[in-house]
Amino acid sequence: MSGIVSPAPTPAPERGALAHVGHVLRENPVTAVSFAMFAVIVLMAVLGPALVPYDPLATNAARALEPPSAAHWFGTDHLGRDVFSRVVVATRLDLTISVAAVALSFVIGATLGAIAGYRGGWVDAVLARVLDTIMAFPLFVLAMGIVAAMGNTIENIVYATAIINIPFYARVVRAEVNIRREAGFALAARLAGNSHARVLASHIVPNALPPMMVQVSLNMGWAILNAAGLSFIGLGVRPPTPEWGIMVAEGANYIVSGHWWVALFPGLWLMLAVFTFNLMGDGLRDIVDPRRRT
Amino acid sequence: MLSVRDLAVTFRTRRGDVPAVCGVGFDLAPGETLGIVGESGSGKSVTSYALMRILDAGGEIRSGAMTWNGTDLRNAREAAMRKIRGGEISMIFQNPRAALNPIRKVGRQIEDVLRQHGRATDRDAMGKAIAALEAVRIRNGAERYHAYPFELSGGMCQRIVIAIALACEPKLVIADEPTTGLDITTQKAVMDLMRDLIRARGMSSIVITHDLGLAAEYCDRLCVMKDGEIVETGPSAALFARPSHAYTRKLVDATPRPGVGVRDLLPAEARTPLPVHEPKAKKLLEVVDLVKTYAGKSGPVHAVEGVSFSIREGESVGLVGESGCGKSTTSAMLVRLLDPTSGAIVFENEDMAAIPADRFARDPRRGRIQMVFQDATDSLNPRHTAADAIAEPLRRIAGLRGKALDARIDELADLTGLPGHLLRRFPHQLSGGQKARVGIARAIALEPRFLVLDEPTAALDVSIQATVLNLLADLRARLGMTYLFVSHDLAVVRLLCDRVIVMQSGRIVEEGAADAVLEAPTHPYTRALVEAAPKPPRSEVVLRAVG
Repeated sequence: MSGIVSPAPTPAPERGALAHVGHVLRENPVTAVSFAMFAVIVLMAVLGPALVPYDPLATNAARALEPPSAAHWFGTDHLGRDVFSRVVVATRLDLTISVAAVALSFVIGATLGAIAGYRGGWVDAVLARVLDTIMAFPLFVLAMGIVAAMGNTIENIVYATAIINIPFYARVVRAEVNIRREAGFALAARLAGNSHARVLASHIVPNALPPMMVQVSLNMGWAILNAAGLSFIGLGVRPPTPEWGIMVAEGANYIVSGHWWVALFPGLWLMLAVFTFNLMGDGLRDIVDPRRRT
Repeated sequence: MLSVRDLAVTFRTRRGDVPAVCGVGFDLAPGETLGIVGESGSGKSVTSYALMRILDAGGEIRSGAMTWNGTDLRNAREAAMRKIRGGEISMIFQNPRAALNPIRKVGRQIEDVLRQHGRATDRDAMGKAIAALEAVRIRNGAERYHAYPFELSGGMCQRIVIAIALACEPKLVIADEPTTGLDITTQKAVMDLMRDLIRARGMSSIVITHDLGLAAEYCDRLCVMKDGEIVETGPSAALFARPSHAYTRKLVDATPRPGVGVRDLLPAEARTPLPVHEPKAKKLLEVVDLVKTYAGKSGPVHAVEGVSFSIREGESVGLVGESGCGKSTTSAMLVRLLDPTSGAIVFENEDMAAIPADRFARDPRRGRIQMVFQDATDSLNPRHTAADAIAEPLRRIAGLRGKALDARIDELADLTGLPGHLLRRFPHQLSGGQKARVGIARAIALEPRFLVLDEPTAALDVSIQATVLNLLADLRARLGMTYLFVSHDLAVVRLLCDRVIVMQSGRIVEEGAADAVLEAPTHPYTRALVEAAPKPPRSEVVLRAVG
């Protein structure tokens, strides 16, 4: 280009997505620990039934309520079932319920919030009131009501958990979209021939991802607790299916008689899972934020 | 009074230690105004933060000595520094709105500083705060005392910040880019006020700025910084007239000033002949009685009130005015991002205003009317690489895909002087000038006939501004584009435009050939604009006394 001094070329450090993930994990040991724990949980969910030493449903009255031992790491319950096998096998069900519920509320909440934040006006006002109405109920009681009314199935637990989580996503996305709808890059996208819908979907919403990832990880924890909680009070997965909430509920009866392991181990697993998801939030945000790739 | 020797500051980052300032030294005499001039990243702000010992986390003073009236600033205890900050040395920050607490009355904020340094008691604090407000020429100090920052204009906020900085009668004031983001007439008012107050109270000051013209007008002595080092120091007028260092020479050249052309802004070796620029007689765009009224909380707001003008093919027209004059609203309507309340926009003999802005994205004329946005950072999607940004209009409007698309992106990068390896970078990995090039490449991707440039150089350093303005001049000739250059800076507009339209409060107050308007403005508002522009001393010509 005549007359123009180009800036001297400087070599660009090329980094792949994997290298970036690696960096985020190295930078923050807590994130690394949480990702490792997450990997263990996922492995348990995928391979659990194939790995466990006993059939989680097989009863053995002769060995009921045995304390933890080399044969039964977490002891046995009142029907002589192996607690360890049941805890591990339950991972798949609990994870499926929470992932499905979070995915559902993520998609619905993000869509509603994005439209409200972009359009503003009466759409925004109506959505805000509907969300306020949902939030006005004690959320767990609302979930109980939904499951009780619609029937005691796994799908309904997923729907109930999704509905009570929608407002959180919708609000985060609404706020993030609202501050970006007049941003230069959104206007530039319209000049490039994008319709409003496309500007919103492919330019603005992806920029709201980092705060949403934090929300996702917190919500995963809540969703697991919620599913377990519903089962605990008898409104969810039904025995004898192994599920952490039911196992805690069943084991609770035996704590007074000194058989602490029946309730403790599923409770501990539940706690670890929630803990893992809560810790993952910051790491996930750093991974999806391109500005962290400096 | 202040002496800095061999100051070195480094920042710890992910890629190891990065030196920000290395071996900076200067002295400041009582009553002197020193200007530290440099472009972004030159370490000028870091130097001042190091003086106040308010470096960001990760920043560390590695070596050097800073002595203030016998106190060793580098090793002083934190308690001693607290007394010095605000009491003896105070600072005026870049963005006045960010520097003020948004939920506290401005009068209270002045009182806070007075109390902190034991200058006021509960009984007399309010009176002293009002006096401080009046000292910075704010009328109705007693009334303004109760105002919140959001109720005041940017210029007013900067006056409050100055009032806070001067409240405890410090001996040294450090002003870090005090007028960036302010209108040109406000800039002059704020700088004049600061100079008068500092002179009246016998204080010293350090003015940190990227604007060599501004520094030369208001400072006694200048230090020019580049890459963390001072490359040249000297009295303002002499330094401007006979810059000895190549970098100072480049900065002086790049400063827009009367009587120079757009090529003169570049270093001497890059001054190729300017391509011939000859507007045709045919009208390309005609704006007839354009009106935009918004529904405000207290009645309708008239942003644009009946604006009419026309632009010939190949012509470059400047649209000049201060913030809030309606120039941005007008340009948003012209590029069809906004619907006018009434009026016509006739482009190529057809009224575009008839098609709602919401549906214009699919109009065949979309590709022929494009825009370069004011803030290159804000106008690039942070999740898209430079290549993605340039590809967007090509994909959506021209329907290019695959190899043809890549070839066109490379061609555009070449045309705008963007090195090819930068195409895969994200906006935050690019410098301001590189982002500006990406924005321009995207706007010209479809070879538009009409290009709106909305302050395309406002956020850029002067040397980058010089290259971008020249790039725009070259592209205009090469692609036969018609420009509407929206700006608040007449000196920059003059370099590129044939004609200038001056707007004030939603109306056109003056219109005419660029040089005529600048040399002999007829409207009082235009005259005020012309006079407010910083007047750097002429380089290599007979010197005018500064200040």
